[in-house]
Formats: sequence, C-alpha cells, structure tokens
Amino acid sequence: MDKSMEIIDLLCENSRLTEKQIATITGLSEEEVKNTIKSLEDKKVLLKYTTLVDWEKTDREVITALIDVRVAPQQGHGFNRVAHRICQYEEVKSVSLISGTYDLSVEVEGKTMKEIALFVAERLAPIEGVLSTTTHFVLKRYKKDGVFYEEGQNDKRLVVTP
Amino acid sequence: MNTDKYISNVVKSIPPSGIRKFFDLVTNSKDIISLGVGEPDFVTPWEIRKEGIDALDRGSTTYTSNLGLPELRIAISYFLKTHYNLAYDPEKEIMVTIGASEAIDLALRALLNDGDEVLVPEPSYVSYAPCVTLTRGIPVFVPTDEKNNFILTPDDLKSKITSKTKALILPYPNNPTGAIMKKEELEEIVNIIIEHDLIVISDEIYSELTYEGRHVSIASLPGMKERTILINGFSKAFAMTGWRLGYIAAEHGFIEAMNKIHQYTTICAPITAQYAAIKGIYQCEEDIVKMRETYDKRRKFIVNGFREIGFDCFEPKGAFYIFPSIKKTGMTSQEFCEKLLKEEKVAVVPGDAFGPSGEGFIRVSYAYSIDKIARALERIKHFAERIL
Repeated sequence: MDKSMEIIDLLCENSRLTEKQIATITGLSEEEVKNTIKSLEDKKVLLKYTTLVDWEKTDREVITALIDVRVAPQQGHGFNRVAHRICQYEEVKSVSLISGTYDLSVEVEGKTMKEIALFVAERLAPIEGVLSTTTHFVLKRYKKDGVFYEEGQNDKRLVVTP
Repeated sequence: MNTDKYISNVVKSIPPSGIRKFFDLVTNSKDIISLGVGEPDFVTPWEIRKEGIDALDRGSTTYTSNLGLPELRIAISYFLKTHYNLAYDPEKEIMVTIGASEAIDLALRALLNDGDEVLVPEPSYVSYAPCVTLTRGIPVFVPTDEKNNFILTPDDLKSKITSKTKALILPYPNNPTGAIMKKEELEEIVNIIIEHDLIVISDEIYSELTYEGRHVSIASLPGMKERTILINGFSKAFAMTGWRLGYIAAEHGFIEAMNKIHQYTTICAPITAQYAAIKGIYQCEEDIVKMRETYDKRRKFIVNGFREIGFDCFEPKGAFYIFPSIKKTGMTSQEFCEKLLKEEKVAVVPGDAFGPSGEGFIRVSYAYSIDKIARALERIKHFAERIL
C-alpha cells in the first residue's frame, strides 16, 4: 500500500499517534514519517486533528441539527455562493452539496433547540437564494466516525481466554 | 455431598488450567485493560453473519451428515488447495468438528492406546496435555527455547522419542509464542518423524495469521500427508470463535475412526455455523487479508513498545501474541502478572500456563486496537520503571 495512505489511515484511527509510533507500525523512518505528514499538511490533505466527544457525558449542552436546504442556483455560481455564505457562521459545523431532493446539507451546533431554531429562522432562511429549510434535530447518536456510542458495543470477549 | 469420591481418577489428576486461575483473579478487578484474550477482536465478517441469519430464516435447523455438509467439505477442500496446496478428497478425507478443540480430542482418542506417549512441544496451547491424559495416553513435553525461536528442533524431538511414542502434536503458528515453523525447519524433522513411524497432529488454527511469508503445512511435504492429521478451523482466520467450527483433513482411515467417535459424542457441528462458513471461504478472502494486515501493524507496534520499555521480546511471526521475557525482573511469571494486574490494572497471561518452559515469560495478546495497546503500554511502562 502507498505509505502516505497508510499514514493517513493510522491518523484517521488515532490522530495522537506519535511520529515514532507511526514509524514503527509502517516500517518507515521517523524522518520519513515526519516529512510525509508535513507534505500532506502543506498540500491540505490533512486539514485538522480532531477529537470525538460524547457530549452527553459532559456538563455542556450540545445540540446538533442537520438542516436540509433548498437553494436556487445562481447564474455562473451554481450553489457555491450560497454555500460559502452559510459557511461563514460559526454555528455551522459542516456544509455539503448533496444529491436528491435538497441541495445543501448543513450541520449546526448550538446550546439549545431554540437557539438553533432561531439561527435557522433569522440567519439561514433569509439568505438570498435559500428557498426552504428543513431542520432535523439529532436526538441520539449511535455511531460516529466509525465509533459506537453505546456501551453494548464494547469488547464483549471474556477478559482472559486460552 | 462429597462428590469428590465419585470423580474419576483421571479427571482428578488433571491440573486446573493456569489461565482459569488467572481468569478468576481478573474477573474480580475493575477498570482493567486486558491484553489477555486468545480470540480476535473483530466481529465475524458481515457476509458470514448474514448467511447464518439466512440459514435460520430458511429453516435450516436440522442435523447434518456426521462429517459435515458436503458443500462445506468441498469448500474446505478448495480452501486447503488454494491456500496451502494440499489435496484432500472432500468426501473421504475431510470432516467438520465443533471447533479445533474437538478435533484435537478426536485425533488423540482415535490414535491412543493406554500408555502411548504423545510429544507436546511447549510452551503451547493449554489443552493438548490434558486431552492426552484424558485418553489415558502420556503427554511428554518437548521444551522449546527462545534462542531457537521456539521451534521444534530435530535434536529436541529426537531426545524425547521412546518406543512408546505414537504421535507428535505440532502447534504452529504457536499460541502463546507466536513462533512459526518455516518449510526448511519442517523438512529437518520430517525424516525423524517417518523413521520413528510417528503420526503428526498438526494444529494449524493460526495458519492464516502469518506475517512474513505464507504458512506451510507439514502435510504438504513429501511422505507426510498420509501421516498427518491436519487440524484447522474458522475461529481465528474468519473471526468466528463463538460459532465453534473446525475441521480435520487426514487419510480416510483416520477420518473414519474419528468420525466413529464424533457420531456418538456430538453427532455433527451446528448447521448454522456450517452454512455461514461456506460463505466465509468463498466470499471473505478480502476480510481475512484486511484483518491480517491490521494484526501485523499491531504486532510491530507492540513488539517495539515492549522492547523500548526494556523487555527482551522474541519477534513473533504468526498468531496474535507476543511472548516477552520478564526474567530480568527476578519475578516468576505468576508474580509478575499478579503484580501488574494489581498495581497497573493490566491483564496479561503468565507464560507458565502454557508449559514449564513458559516460566519467565508472559503472553500478551495484540488482538486489540492500537489505541488500547498504546494505553496498556503506558501502564506497563510505569510498572517497569518501578521494578526494572
């Protein structure tokens, strides 16, 4: 396998792996790992190293909503201009162009449902070119980025076996 | 009631498994990170699970032929041919069992008369010697040595053969050491085996998990197919431990003898698992490769981790265990493991549970995510800083 892909896969799994650890696993030298990562960062292949948090287990209220947005495409710009406009808001975590009934899928985070509802009503819906919005609140997460949220998915094996 | 006086002498004579003892200790502890498991952390590939569900859905809930579903035996024959270049007749030379465990028991029961000796290289899987004893045979341990990469050398083998030796158990790729035996190394013992007219019970359950070159079965060497009882199964390669499905490939006469026992004691392996396994053979090659690649990454990671902490660690080429030496700590394996569990809450298995030569070693499984291994290594490092 291409070594840079192998490094990407490892970082996707655990972005806290050190260069040294990655070197051990891939059989590359630390220097090579360092240079490969640097070059991937420079080329904006690797954009950010993130953490997956189960907010339910913290004191902070984090509400997420997925918003389907219908957009009137603009001459010469298609959906890009509206998409970029929506990206500007800090509450907006992700914006993607999607196929199907709707045009953009927007993920918004807030402290309360009301906060998100107001954001949609006051900021998102009025944007020129936005035809309609449909807000779906995330009620419960089962799996994200390949990780199961429920305890039941933990290691079910006995602790010690032959 | 004093049940003790009713229990047979042979059962009483078997020591309880060292692993079992440690298991009880571990179960009473909280927040531990376990590197003590002898089974894959992967769930059975979806195609296989789905076929299991479909089989139930179709109402396949009956017994099968004693030898196993004909389609499954054909699939196994195909697998052995394509993976290890072994030619077995699915009608006469293959039988399906309840895991490789039953297969080991059947092979011994079919072969042994009272007092026959069976050579058991050790350290090795915990069940060989007790199964020999239960069959009224005599297990004869053949110690293997780290300086020989834990393989069975011709000299080791010769030194333990007597006029009563009937069979040799060949446990490679090896649990707990991770040792494999390469073709040249197998060739060196073949003459001795033939000269002394031994039967080889070759437990190849980890055959799909070798990391530098493919597994070679001793049955593929000239003159060996007829005197090898080859045991394999679906637990490790296909991550199917809980389905309990194994198989034996051997000369028709051996299969017939083993099937005689099997038909009276178990009838057949579960039909659901048998249907699922057929799917596994034909459709899950990619899953096997992916799992192997993942184990390989972890293998390099954990070996290096232990060496950096300061332990001498033999480089395993198969299975999913490392077998580092803890001799420099001055502790016994048991002491080391108990202390590590108590003080750092990491569970590994004492090496002596796998035979006397395992004393001074610990078995550490890497059937865990890199993340978990990394966390365990941190704790082990803490521990080592205090004791080394």
